[in-house]
Amino acid sequence: MTTPVIELAGAVSLIGRFPALAGADLSVGTGEVALLQGPNGAGKSTLLRLCAGLAPLSGGAGTVLGHDLSDRRERRALRRRVGLLGHGTALYDDLTVEQNVRFWTAANHGDLSTIEPAMDRLGVGGRLRTVPVSGLSAGQRRRTAMAVLVCRRPVLWLLDEPHAGLDAAGRDLVDELVHQAVASGATALVASHELDRVAGLATRVVHVVGGHITAQHSDAPAHGDLGGRGDLDDGEAT
Amino acid sequence: MLRDARLVASKDLRVEATSRVLTTQVLPFALLVLILFGFGISPDQQVISGAGEGTERVAILEKVAPGLFWLAVLFSTLLAIGRSFAIESVDGNLDALRMAGLDPAGVFLGKMSAVLAELLVLELVVGLGCFALYGPPLAHPVLLVTTVLSATLGIAAAGTLYAALAAGLRVRDTLVPLLVLPVLAPVLLAATLATEAALFGPDGDGWPWALLLGAFAVLYTGAGILAFGTLVEES
Repeated sequence: MTTPVIELAGAVSLIGRFPALAGADLSVGTGEVALLQGPNGAGKSTLLRLCAGLAPLSGGAGTVLGHDLSDRRERRALRRRVGLLGHGTALYDDLTVEQNVRFWTAANHGDLSTIEPAMDRLGVGGRLRTVPVSGLSAGQRRRTAMAVLVCRRPVLWLLDEPHAGLDAAGRDLVDELVHQAVASGATALVASHELDRVAGLATRVVHVVGGHITAQHSDAPAHGDLGGRGDLDDGEAT
Repeated sequence: MLRDARLVASKDLRVEATSRVLTTQVLPFALLVLILFGFGISPDQQVISGAGEGTERVAILEKVAPGLFWLAVLFSTLLAIGRSFAIESVDGNLDALRMAGLDPAGVFLGKMSAVLAELLVLELVVGLGCFALYGPPLAHPVLLVTTVLSATLGIAAAGTLYAALAAGLRVRDTLVPLLVLPVLAPVLLAATLATEAALFGPDGDGWPWALLLGAFAVLYTGAGILAFGTLVEES
């Protein structure tokens, strides 16, 4: 196992009074791409938010990038080092693509010189850069949000259904970006229902059911294995 | 902190410049309120102003113009601060703000500054509307400017603080007026009395109220700087 980036032991996270995570154990090392798989409402998004320092740790223990999740200050410090692409794109409808990317890059203390290349790479440069976000399609919004993430250069990528709303080229691009980030030393935790798509991306599959991590297995899974439990180590981090 | 405040303020003002909610919705609303006050209070009615030999009969609208001005500003403030946090409450923007390395005090100052700038523009137009519609005199311009600046700072600070408190709630649109209006009642009272003194004199009656407005503004700006991080964290 490489240096641990995420270490959770019996992690509990509440949404109101509901335990969205009810004792999750997980260990993810540097350079891994862990795929979170599970039914709707299983706790995948909450797990991502917990690792982003957004959801509170109500019980158990957890560290991400060495930051103790039970400590509010530590959680705030953690947030600057991770990038979360959730269901929302966190874009201002009335600002243009470029204004959005520029604002968030500056807010994230990112490198402003990376804005233009990132927008071009994600296909939202050129004439789209001056278009208000309210005029973009869902896929273009997603690409703009990815451009913000690229400019942020996080150490830990937390992606919630990153392929949603994207065309085939956009999906390939997301995979390529994750591969490149991991190759340069980052780690990724990806929640996705698109099993065929993420098969080539993940180095490990983590099954989340009912707020628990029920099983994990390492190495890139074959396409047909993702939905099954054949070679899983129940409840064990590998 | 100041760098983050500038960043957030310029973003909010840029959003406003593009969406033009202030010019196309808030400003017309404020002017409409002024006109409706005129319908509600008969312009022909007069009141006796002054005491002793200095008494004179003045139109009631002229006399109550300061209060009507500040009421119109307060109602418009609810729209401005609602808008300020509505843009953060959609599409995961509030989470993204939390994820960014921005100083919470800087975010508060930035959002407050943008609201302040919008309110000052609104007050300029509404103020001119007041002079045009109600026709009050202007005895002490310096006191008037001081009153407007300190009252507006207090309104923007308290409004931003309470709007942040309700930002993450589904009922925020109806909760914010309930939270903000009682808090701003002292500002309405002090600003009305200071403005009355600025318009009709003597100015000595107005400066203590202007000072109170300044203290309110400092208090709420300080409270916002200290509490904004916790409020956004818990919302």
